[in-house]
Amino acid sequence: MNPLAEALLLQAGYNAALVGIGAGLLGFAAGAAGTFLFLRKRALVSDAVAHATLPGVGLAFIVMVMAGGDGRNLLGLLAGSAVSAWVGLWLVQWMTRTTRLSEDAAIGAVLSVFFGLGIVILTVIQTMSSGRQAGLESFLLGSTAGMLFNDALIIAIGGSLAVIATWLLRRPMTLVSFDPDYAAASGTNVDRIDLAMMGLVMAVTVIGLKLVGLILIIALLIIPPVTARFWTERSDHVIWWAGIFGGVSGYVGAAISASAPALPTGAIIVLVAAGLFGLSLLFAPARGVAAAVLRHRRFQWRVHRRQGLLAMARAEPIHDPFTLRVLGSEGLVRRDGVPTDAGRAQAAKIARDERRWDVARQIHLDAGLTGRYDGLTPIEQVFTPDEIAEFDARIGGPAPVATQGGH
Amino acid sequence: MKQAAITLAADRGRVHSPAAPPEDSPLAISGLTVSYGDKPAVFSVDATFAPEAMTAIIGPNGAGKSTLLKASLGVIPRVSGEVTVFGRPIERARERIAYVPQRASVDWDFPTTVIDVVLMGLYRRIGLVRRIGRANRDTALECLDRVGMADFAHRQIGQLSGGQQQRVFLARALAQDADLYLLDEPFAGVDAATERAIIDVLKALKAQSRAVVCVHHDLATVRAYFDHVFLINVRRIAQGTVEEAFTSENLQATYGGRLATGHIDQLSLPGQQVS
Repeated sequence: MNPLAEALLLQAGYNAALVGIGAGLLGFAAGAAGTFLFLRKRALVSDAVAHATLPGVGLAFIVMVMAGGDGRNLLGLLAGSAVSAWVGLWLVQWMTRTTRLSEDAAIGAVLSVFFGLGIVILTVIQTMSSGRQAGLESFLLGSTAGMLFNDALIIAIGGSLAVIATWLLRRPMTLVSFDPDYAAASGTNVDRIDLAMMGLVMAVTVIGLKLVGLILIIALLIIPPVTARFWTERSDHVIWWAGIFGGVSGYVGAAISASAPALPTGAIIVLVAAGLFGLSLLFAPARGVAAAVLRHRRFQWRVHRRQGLLAMARAEPIHDPFTLRVLGSEGLVRRDGVPTDAGRAQAAKIARDERRWDVARQIHLDAGLTGRYDGLTPIEQVFTPDEIAEFDARIGGPAPVATQGGH
Repeated sequence: MKQAAITLAADRGRVHSPAAPPEDSPLAISGLTVSYGDKPAVFSVDATFAPEAMTAIIGPNGAGKSTLLKASLGVIPRVSGEVTVFGRPIERARERIAYVPQRASVDWDFPTTVIDVVLMGLYRRIGLVRRIGRANRDTALECLDRVGMADFAHRQIGQLSGGQQQRVFLARALAQDADLYLLDEPFAGVDAATERAIIDVLKALKAQSRAVVCVHHDLATVRAYFDHVFLINVRRIAQGTVEEAFTSENLQATYGGRLATGHIDQLSLPGQQVS
């Protein structure tokens, strides 16, 4: 069996299996919890939160060493990172609210200052004589080496709590993301919901630090919801699709990195997520690029077909090469540009429909219907057969169309 | 309840009316000040809105019309002032208020459908955990029907025209089944058919003894649509029935030089002939 298939089937060893399950769960929790961050258009705040964890990790290590401990107790380090992330988040909010700084400026300031501070603290720790400091820098880019059962358990429990909280708060968070003014007016505490949203993001960031690292965790929070958005038009479906995309990215990414030596897990997970995003961007049925191009081509085709037939009905020459190609490929004109019988019949029908529309606009009282004349909509889609018969009665006689060619 | 006598521009310097708000007023505001930075957008405004009536809040651009509404509802913070709804502090009367914000205030590419937006009006009643049931959906559909949008229930909201968006917002407010409806410029930028549909719904609400307050910008339709007016330009200029308060003096005081006097006379004339 090849190494990737082995890893995907959890046959690549105990550690690889733990990493795969942990990364899958983390991806699911991050995608679901990140959904409202994306819908609230505050994606970058999570980047500030993630970078603000670093000084906390370092300080927690120092405190634990000075207290005589190992310094690498994971729960202790995560608690420290949560505290400093909270301070960073609070600073962003405070700066935005009390100064004239916009949120992106506040994010930039907090992100870089906290990250710089964290690097300084980590450097200081390297020079400390006591404590086993090796491995702290893995919080930057994540590491799967030596992942323990307890680490996976922390991700499983923390991730489940984050998903449950997202589900519980989905209605107020939808309300606040879509229409904060209405939410506030109907008695929702917008600040508290925003805080809860950020708290969720912080929780996912903290439990994901060890595995994915603080620089890349934002990708797991943002890319899956953005990907999910291509496939659905409903916010509650975005949550679950984002969870699934995130989970698949985590699991498959971990498997790929386990299948070959020295592939960085966090980075591979992010690249898998980005691959899913790219596929969705191109091929999603309604919002994808390919669908949009196809729609536009079809529309262009219809416009040229219609214009060509109208010109044919008025016995005007057609010069546009694309129009000639459209008409030719449908057998409506011959290669030399002369209308075929089918073309003449179609042209007569279209000319008659134009007359019908003229009459409709004169006699039909519903502006909502006559207003739908756009040159392309078939008249049969707008008016009932008896109405059309009425128009025909007013036009009188057989189709008065100059179908005889000639210039 | 009797409307207070018209307050004229000369009264504007008054700071705070200590009089307790009447019990039956759907919305009573006293001493409301709101500021952006150090510049008051609304200054020490008192307002008592009439029950079972349609009131237009009128004033020039930047006069604080929308701000007055938003600050009353707690959407934006107020510097001072008290707001009571049916005689109780607004925090304890939320379920009796339905608010229709300006259409432009939301992202219309948000992943949601027309019926889901209307269902938002029921979230408070449904709660966090309970599933949205058939009865809830029927209520939402019925509200959509009242604004003529039932056929659009499952459209993505981004596909709607401006007038249709406004109708969906109104349907969401109807779903709340409130006693006081506050609308921020419901007629701004909508087509004639939508304007008729909205005014019909609002008049039906009034007929059901609900109170309706609209921020309104089109002076030409005030007489046709509303019973009461509230004129504001940062401070309160005047309030009363259309006959009492929608006068050329008050409009001149509200709009200053921004409105040609001839225009005002033209608007006010029909009413004065009636009275």
